[in-house]
Amino acid sequence: MSHTFTLDGKVIPFVDGQTIIQAASAAGVFIPHLCYHPEFKPHGSCKLCTVKVNGRHTASCTMRAAPGMVVESETEEINAERRALTQMLFVEGNHFCPSCEKSGNCQLQATAYHLGMMSPHYDHFFPNRAVDASHPEVLLDFNRCILCSLCVRASRDVDGKNVFGLSGRGIKTHLIVNAKSGQLADTDFTLDDKAAQVCPVGVILKKRRGFAVPIGERKFDKAPISETADTTEGR
Amino acid sequence: MTYQLETAQHPETLRRVAIDPVSRVEGHGKVTILLDDQNKVHQVRLHIVEFRGFEKFIQGRPYWEVPVMVQRLCGICPVSHHLAASKALDVIVGAKKLTATAEKMRRLMHYGQMLQSHALHFFHLCSPDLLFGFDSDVTKRNIVGVAMAHPETAKRGVLLRKFGQEVIRVTAGKRVHGTGAIPGGVNKALTVAERDELLKDIYHIVQWSRDAVHLIQKVHTQDPGLYNSFGIFRSNFMSIVGNNGDLDFYHGTLRARDDNGKIIFDHVDYQQYNQYIEEEVRPWSYMKFPFFKSLGKDHGWYKVGPLARVQNCNQISTPFAEHERKEFVDYAGGSPMHAPLAYHWTRMIEMLHAAEVIKELLHDDDLLGSDLVVEGERQMEGVGVIEAPRGTLFHHYQVDENDLITMANLIVSTTNNNQAMNEAIRHVARRYLHGHEVTEGLLNHIEVAIRAFDPCLSCATHALGKMPLEVELVDPEGRIVHSLSRS
Ligand code: SF4
Ligand code: FES
Repeated sequence: MSHTFTLDGKVIPFVDGQTIIQAASAAGVFIPHLCYHPEFKPHGSCKLCTVKVNGRHTASCTMRAAPGMVVESETEEINAERRALTQMLFVEGNHFCPSCEKSGNCQLQATAYHLGMMSPHYDHFFPNRAVDASHPEVLLDFNRCILCSLCVRASRDVDGKNVFGLSGRGIKTHLIVNAKSGQLADTDFTLDDKAAQVCPVGVILKKRRGFAVPIGERKFDKAPISETADTTEGR
Repeated sequence: MTYQLETAQHPETLRRVAIDPVSRVEGHGKVTILLDDQNKVHQVRLHIVEFRGFEKFIQGRPYWEVPVMVQRLCGICPVSHHLAASKALDVIVGAKKLTATAEKMRRLMHYGQMLQSHALHFFHLCSPDLLFGFDSDVTKRNIVGVAMAHPETAKRGVLLRKFGQEVIRVTAGKRVHGTGAIPGGVNKALTVAERDELLKDIYHIVQWSRDAVHLIQKVHTQDPGLYNSFGIFRSNFMSIVGNNGDLDFYHGTLRARDDNGKIIFDHVDYQQYNQYIEEEVRPWSYMKFPFFKSLGKDHGWYKVGPLARVQNCNQISTPFAEHERKEFVDYAGGSPMHAPLAYHWTRMIEMLHAAEVIKELLHDDDLLGSDLVVEGERQMEGVGVIEAPRGTLFHHYQVDENDLITMANLIVSTTNNNQAMNEAIRHVARRYLHGHEVTEGLLNHIEVAIRAFDPCLSCATHALGKMPLEVELVDPEGRIVHSLSRS
């Protein structure tokens, strides 16, 4: 059964069971998001996709669309909140874009541009996180993890391997590798795992490939994230 | 080759003149001069605050990030670090010989960098001193003053630099902090459109570079009393030289000569640089003092950069620059010229050579090729050396089996010239600092000596000579006796 709701005044059709973000992206309307991925069950943790439904804040990746809903997304108020969340993500990790291989393909960076973030605003935490270079094909640079859990979901639900997990609570939450040694080399992880393809930032990287595609010719260099139909393509 | 004046016998009884920061030298430097009660110079030291934390910072990082990361080391010549690091990593990834396209793209990038850096240094930073005199009105002695008095010269300076930056943009991807070179090659070739854009301008760029050589040649030869002796000291000198001893900024083997021009070592593979060069740490300076092992600390120091390179090579491969090299060698009279102000003359000869090489490369279809990267047997250690605008630049890395950097050692051009710059300043201080007043003129003479070497002191934001300069005369108890400042 097909119905409609409005998003920033635009009429969006949807079918039963679709979330707001699913219906919006099917209609070609962008809502910022980081932990949402069309192929996975929503996680609802990053809150970047927050919209106002009939005046109340809610995550559009978990909220099912309902007929006649009035949804606001691209408003100054909501984008200011999204900007603050993004700034917090930048200061919580070590995001050194100029030498990051993911620069230009990074969803966090592209989202920051979309939201007009000019500076990190908050004080940097400068956490001390070592990289895991133990695996012959893949490097894990935990400095950039935004805890979206996509790799956790991909490894568990698609690869059937359960290589990654989130451990700790609140500000202490961190990504772990499920091996006794804690090292990626001691898991059955391989480069063609789905989990190797989903990271929206520059944590899970193919080794020995650096800047083969020039900066300026990358996905979000060509078009802003709001105009990139599939934000997950090319990861 | 001794360091009189480096360390005074009884510093407690002496007064200190601090010049901080040195205006129009990029970044931060400080000169301290200790005077006795008769105001005689007793000790002169150039302190350069160099960011040494970098070598630590890249430990534990994956090697493929390094060529991009090292560009943050320097705001004026990021391309030099980018290429020196890439060359070291070529060795690590086993790329013994790059493809013709890769090698020529990198060379084009580097010669573009040479052109823009030399143009910046000569026209923006030094031409005010050279055209108006070291003692001239400080309010006019800057690029704005040059633009008023010599508008054509100033305009060409700006356009030469801009052309060099354009070469960098199309080869590195961006004007600053590009990513063009990657371990084993490059990530882009030139497009026909990019090449044709550059071809439109290159002929007058070559001509303007010739004019610039003639301008500095005239300034130099008109006042030999000053130009041949100002800040003079004799020393060994070193650079890489290319095939057949050609002047080469991108690749070659190490050659060193003594102050008479006699070869100390030659054809040295730079992978072995640390068998020939050692770095000394002195307690008063952050910056190390490198020297040739075979001659020892006291006699083994050397200079690098344009004056070293142009006199170290056998010849220059491009006709106009070779003609100018011969003129210079003739003028020097058959033995090496050591006058610091001759750096400017040789710098312009190099700029001309860079322009001519760019012209040749733009006619080479290899630049349009598509074969960009090679690799071979992975190595654990690699050294990359390049002749940066200011002199020889060493990057040395060790990488573990997990692809992380375990050791990095960099010897930057300014470090190679550390002792040489100290010597030049000592000479100038001895000659020009008497009396107990610090005058503008005296300060300027010291600055002119430092600027001849074009030290790379971190960032280019003070290029207009507007940097505030403060001079303090301090007595042994630390009280300020006399101070002078300008902004
Ligand atoms: S590693 Fe990447 S995919 Fe996994 S939780 Fe962190 S940011 Fe998300
Ligand atoms: S995308 Fe909805 S909460 Fe992260």
